[in-house]
Amino acid sequence: MTWVNAVVQGLLLGGQYALLACGLSLVFGVMRIVNLAHGALAVTAAYLTLWLSQRTSLPLVVCLVASVLVFAGVGYLLQRGLLNRALRGGELAPLLVTFGLAVIVVNLLQEIATANSRSISIGGLATSSTRIVDGLSIGVFSLLTLVVAVALIGLIQLFLSRTAVGRAMRATSDDPGAARLMGIDDRHMYGLATAIAVGSVAAAGAFLGMSTQFTPGYGDLVLIFAFEAVIIGGLGSLWGTLLGGLVLGVAQTVGAQVEPAYGILFGHVVFLAVLALKPSGLMPRTVTA
Amino acid sequence: MSAAKEAPHAVVRRGGRSSVAGAAVMVAAVVVLAVWVPYNVSLGGLTQLVGLFSLIILATTWNLLAGYGGLVSIGQQAFIGAGGYGVIYLADAVGLPLVIALLLAAVVAGLLAFVTSFLVFRLVGGYFAIGTWVLAEGFKLLTTQVDALGGGSGLSLQAFSGTDRVTRIATVYWLGLALAVIVVVATYVLMRSPVGLGLTAIRDDVKAASSLGVHVRRWQRFVYVAASAGAGLAGALIAVNALRVSPDSIYSVNYSAFMIFIVVIGGLGTIEGPIIGAVVFFVLQQQLSSYGTWYLVALGALAVVVVLFAPTGVWGLLTRGRLEMFPLGHRVEVDRPAAAGGGRAGRRSATRA
Repeated sequence: MTWVNAVVQGLLLGGQYALLACGLSLVFGVMRIVNLAHGALAVTAAYLTLWLSQRTSLPLVVCLVASVLVFAGVGYLLQRGLLNRALRGGELAPLLVTFGLAVIVVNLLQEIATANSRSISIGGLATSSTRIVDGLSIGVFSLLTLVVAVALIGLIQLFLSRTAVGRAMRATSDDPGAARLMGIDDRHMYGLATAIAVGSVAAAGAFLGMSTQFTPGYGDLVLIFAFEAVIIGGLGSLWGTLLGGLVLGVAQTVGAQVEPAYGILFGHVVFLAVLALKPSGLMPRTVTA
Repeated sequence: MSAAKEAPHAVVRRGGRSSVAGAAVMVAAVVVLAVWVPYNVSLGGLTQLVGLFSLIILATTWNLLAGYGGLVSIGQQAFIGAGGYGVIYLADAVGLPLVIALLLAAVVAGLLAFVTSFLVFRLVGGYFAIGTWVLAEGFKLLTTQVDALGGGSGLSLQAFSGTDRVTRIATVYWLGLALAVIVVVATYVLMRSPVGLGLTAIRDDVKAASSLGVHVRRWQRFVYVAASAGAGLAGALIAVNALRVSPDSIYSVNYSAFMIFIVVIGGLGTIEGPIIGAVVFFVLQQQLSSYGTWYLVALGALAVVVVLFAPTGVWGLLTRGRLEMFPLGHRVEVDRPAAAGGGRAGRRSATRA
């Protein structure tokens, strides 16, 4: 039963990774940018949600939504202000700019919020769980995270495949020049894609902050896990990213079951194994690619 | 036929008077660093200068990787760590002389890079970047699991026990200076060779280079291995200078941040850029160390601004491509006094490399 339990807990943990990874996947799918500031943004969102919930008497859900909206705005401005310009500077420029941003954000957080670890209190929800059978129970909050991840990925997928803006976004991704000829403002489309991605990162960061302790430097791990989920799942596929997150989560909890220190290492090993054996990922390219 | 006699005769020049002057300045600087500085700077100052030498090695090799090979890695700390652990293990546990251990540690780092390149080379662009980082995290986690490497707490270098402090610091200083000079000169010689020409082509346009018969993958792998061996050498130097290694500091992603900022601010894709950048970074680090992490915020902001608004870096801004201390380009000039104008035109169309 301990192994079944490890797998189930891994799937739940994977929900969190999928939530963290879908923004990274979307930005790459639409713009071919790998946002190295992804993890730093997630942690910043966790701090913002924490700050809002401490400074105001608003319910946590409202703080989370507010922080998501703020970050969506930040994402739009980031794309229009910096990244669109960086995209014109060749392949290296967006990487270098987002890496610079990550270092700036992490060190600013360190100065403002100190390096002490924090967490967002969610009261009884953190510990409440449903017992399925003896030795196997499911945490309510981690189940909620998984549900939110699936719902968010489903919504983004629907948005991309069914709405006019989503179609325009896919067209821009396929060929910005041709899309421009059809009257689509590609810079605006890129801005919207980053807004959605950074908004989702903010939600993911807040959920992360509610489930674990975080520090300004925690974003490094977030970026690595999100990246592993994207690669395991297959580039440019949002459902693949969900699958990748789940596989990574299971690998880590099963690894930790073998030996507590091996959890993260097992995740890396599975990632490298996928890279060696099936480099296109488990679910390579679908509509959004 | 007098017309044939006066036909313009094109010659290819590499460098000129300015690069001879530049090279003279560099040689003078190295001589001052080798002969004057050790006797006039405090021991603490010398130890810090060894830090500068390792930064120059790191930046030069990262520039080889990203500036010429087109491979942005943020995981070179994997090989810094391998070099750092390698030199202490080889010197203490195996008992090799320090210089041999240092060079062998670099070879080990290069071998590790060769083996792992078959994994990370399946990724391109930004995903290659993060892939190398995962590799570095993997190296770190594996290192902490090995008892012979001191687990989570690291190793201390014993090889110097019994040597007095002055001799030790002077030895490491001269060793560091020699290694930095060797790495820079070797990079320069490499870039002057046909291999360098192929790498420059890869940097400018991968598809065009490949269609002209440049073995893109082969040379990228070569550059990855060479740059990682350089990172291993720098890591070994860092470990010997600090007398110890620990997993969290030697495998720190901050090294990648430093390398990237140094090269980007100094000038990506030039030999001079990383050296200038390393000196700028070193001075900033010394001056701003009392402001805590603010100097990293400032450096990050500076790097972003440079990438967006001055992609040629400080060196490019200062010289506008007119001065090359390490000339790599081929300038076609018309060797005829009457065709001075043509010579200028030829100069303008010269390849930048």
